[in-house]
Amino acid sequence: MAEELLLEIVTPEKMAFSGEVEEVTIPGTEGEFGVLRGHETLLSSVEIGELSFTVGGKKQYFAVNTGYTEVTANKVTVLVETAESAETINRERAMRAKERAEEKLTKLSKDELEFEMLSIALQRAVTRIGVSEKA
Amino acid sequence: MAALKDIKRKVAAVQKTKQITRAMNMVAASKFRAAQARMESFRPYAMKFMEVLDSLALRVNPEAHPLLAAREPKKIRVLCMSSDRGLCGGFNTNLIKSSERFVKEKMAAGLSVELTPVGRKSRDYFRRKYPIINEKTDILGKFDINLAVEISDDVITPFVNEEFDELYIIYNEFRNVSMQRPVVVRLLPLPSVGQEGEMDPDKTIDYVYEPSEEVLIEKLLSMYLHVLIFRALLETSAGENGARMAAMDNATRNCDEMIRTLTLQYNKVRQSAITAELMDIVGGTEALAKG
Repeated sequence: MAEELLLEIVTPEKMAFSGEVEEVTIPGTEGEFGVLRGHETLLSSVEIGELSFTVGGKKQYFAVNTGYTEVTANKVTVLVETAESAETINRERAMRAKERAEEKLTKLSKDELEFEMLSIALQRAVTRIGVSEKA
Repeated sequence: MAALKDIKRKVAAVQKTKQITRAMNMVAASKFRAAQARMESFRPYAMKFMEVLDSLALRVNPEAHPLLAAREPKKIRVLCMSSDRGLCGGFNTNLIKSSERFVKEKMAAGLSVELTPVGRKSRDYFRRKYPIINEKTDILGKFDINLAVEISDDVITPFVNEEFDELYIIYNEFRNVSMQRPVVVRLLPLPSVGQEGEMDPDKTIDYVYEPSEEVLIEKLLSMYLHVLIFRALLETSAGENGARMAAMDNATRNCDEMIRTLTLQYNKVRQSAITAELMDIVGGTEALAKG
């Protein structure tokens, strides 16, 4: 078994996860990246997306919102504004949010300010649906 | 002398009031505990965040960023954060009073001031007095970090576009259950980061930055604003419920006091009525005996 790595997912509301994991995959701004023990110290920004990690050979998934992550050789701290584990996501709500955002987006032109905000909302909803399917 | 019935009715009314204030006290107490727990769980996030921001601020020149740009202030904006609901003692009154003082001071200094009330109480008070922009009301019942993000989004773009030069927030700082104090904090340009801490440059970790340091600090600075606003929201929510708890506790005690005096009065009136009646009977029998 690979050496373990301490992972902490911190949000303003709570400590979403804290524990030893074998490997983490983080949705960075410049693409997804995986972290194993002994990784170079890294500070990276995190985008809306799917974060996954392995504990005891089992993969777990989280939908995360924007934030950043600090990686040191034996510890990964992820600070994001929200993080939901696949099990806790309310799939129906995410579906509704997705439909709502899509409906509104079709009515808007691309240069409106709201368009950008809605696209982000849509992205978030799609991520949450994707993650919840892996529960 | 007040009639017996009237006093009785009064006692009953006070008793009902007492029931309500006691219930409100308990509701506030449970909300207060929840709010305090949220403050507790926010702390690790805020601390970790500041740590990284400080270490990052040491390596990039923070003055370069638009959110840190200090300009000669001409127009300012003030976020006045009150609660949505009343019945919490001097909580909102104190806040509004010091906000108004602050606004008047700034106006006297020749600045033009725009207010963004957060919370219904401050909106209701300031609505007719000062120019209001982007008010947020009925939000404190249930809120999360997205509210802080929304509030920040409303101010970041106009600040960068130089529509106003400084942003202040006035909120009740949470000291303990029975003590909240209005404080004024400048949010924009953001309070300088890293400099006061006097961090030992050798101790800071050499990170690999992804993407570049500049992009990263830009993102972190707007998150910093979220953190500051979210903290103010949390403190307001805890403070409001703490203040309401104390106010309702007082009210319940006052009800007890009132019931006690009213009961005493009731008994006195009853006693004198009985005495008067006895006198009547004695007088009657005496008159009969004489006759």
